[in-house]
Amino acid sequence: MRKVRWSPRWSKVLLFVLCLAPLFRLAWRAWNQDLTANPIEYITHFTGDWAIRLIVVTLFVTPLRKMLHLPDLIRFRRMIGLFAFFYACLHFLTWFGLDKFFDFREILQDFVKRRFIIAGLSAFLAMVPLAITSSTGWIRRLGGKRWQRLHRLVYFTGIAAVVHYYWLVKSDIRLPLLYGTLVALALAYRVAAWLVARGGAPARKRTAPALPTV
Amino acid sequence: MLIKKSADFRYSEITPKSVYLDRRKFLAGIPAALLAGRELLSPSGRAMAGTKLPDLVKSPFSTTEKENSYQEVTTYNNFWEFGTQKDQPAVYAKNFKTDPWTVSVEGAVDNPRKFSTEEIMKLAPLEERIYRHRCVEGWSIVVPWVGYSLSTLLKAVEPNSKAKFVAFQSYYDLKQMPMARPEIAGLPFPYMEGLRLDEALNPLALLCVGMYGETLPPQDGAPVRLVLPWKYGFKSIKSIVKIKLVGTQPPSTWNLANPPMYGWYSNVNPNVDNPRYSQATERRLGEFRRRPTLMFNGYADQVANLYAGMDLKKNY
Repeated sequence: MRKVRWSPRWSKVLLFVLCLAPLFRLAWRAWNQDLTANPIEYITHFTGDWAIRLIVVTLFVTPLRKMLHLPDLIRFRRMIGLFAFFYACLHFLTWFGLDKFFDFREILQDFVKRRFIIAGLSAFLAMVPLAITSSTGWIRRLGGKRWQRLHRLVYFTGIAAVVHYYWLVKSDIRLPLLYGTLVALALAYRVAAWLVARGGAPARKRTAPALPTV
Repeated sequence: MLIKKSADFRYSEITPKSVYLDRRKFLAGIPAALLAGRELLSPSGRAMAGTKLPDLVKSPFSTTEKENSYQEVTTYNNFWEFGTQKDQPAVYAKNFKTDPWTVSVEGAVDNPRKFSTEEIMKLAPLEERIYRHRCVEGWSIVVPWVGYSLSTLLKAVEPNSKAKFVAFQSYYDLKQMPMARPEIAGLPFPYMEGLRLDEALNPLALLCVGMYGETLPPQDGAPVRLVLPWKYGFKSIKSIVKIKLVGTQPPSTWNLANPPMYGWYSNVNPNVDNPRYSQATERRLGEFRRRPTLMFNGYADQVANLYAGMDLKKNY
């Protein structure tokens, strides 16, 4: 008999299904006519919530794999990132198509006048090149270093998404604060890791003043 | 070389021929079965909570537009003392105790009085007024409210010459409203609202004790609230305990929290945009496409003269 093993392929299938679960939940609620008295608002919030949640999760893949010594987690990052983009697309299309009904005049006015729209749209647009260049072929074409540099755009997306959320709520800022704290932690980890890797922790610098610094 | 094994299942495991022949009928039944299940899952029965209010007088102010359903008006509420999400008041206000209740009408009046809900209900014949109701967030509803003009109550206490404005205050009790905390809602409590005296005396301003022919459910502001159909919804203060006639402009809770977003007047005005919400259009709950928002929510004939000569962009 074959030994039951933690199959990499099946774990990805499981993740795929998990990431689709919110969409099924939304479809189920739609089928039951359970999208509240304002379905378009409900769908907008629902898809936006899942987009920002998955953006936060992708930002935590690197810190978690390093801190928990689980290098394999990297295999899931692309899929989570693409699902974040997927829900962000649904979120954007709900606003653009269902809410504004392709009324370009209103959309343009929104874009000019409302800072939360500018922040949200920037967060979304920054994800587009990342989604396009997410394939292995593109990593090869760009080269690891350049690809990595480009994909740091996701830090901007994380910050802009939180700002979008913070600017759009009325006065209950608990959730934007929660996501803001998480994004700040994920980015702080990178700053700390960068400082350590640079070997230039301020304390050590002071012990070696003879070294030429740039 | 592969050696074929005999099939290791018994005839009893094979689908009987009659079922096999009926497979189309079975498949055809699936949609009906699913639809039946769907009916069971979302019963569309209208659960009424209040006491019937008989003999309502029809009002000339009523619109003939299609009313929203009781379900819509009672499950989609902004009542931040009972939670900041639209579906929360229906859940967390369920056990809100509204009996006994007193509304104190005081201040610059010759005849200050405390009214019980029953006394308020008996002060004048109850009218049914079907009003459009426009939220600053860009949605609107049509509701058959029950009540009478606020002016009736104000005249009963005889405002004196010092009365220039009317201040309103909602009930506030952390025991009954555990979420009504500034650190949760980002709002100061108790909830306060205000009107100029002439606005308050306008017959369109409704002192409301019911809707859909019965007393108000808690999430819609039981037992007594204001309905000001030409202003954004947050001006129509709920669960009122105090009405005070004053000489200077009283505070408005949302205006205190964020002045650029929520003006003190907050008259519905499609030409004055809000930093967050476009006010040019609105979505009537139950409709798909947005519709244009009307000046003073369509009540210009009744109220426009209150603001004659005022810069409405400045006094938003």
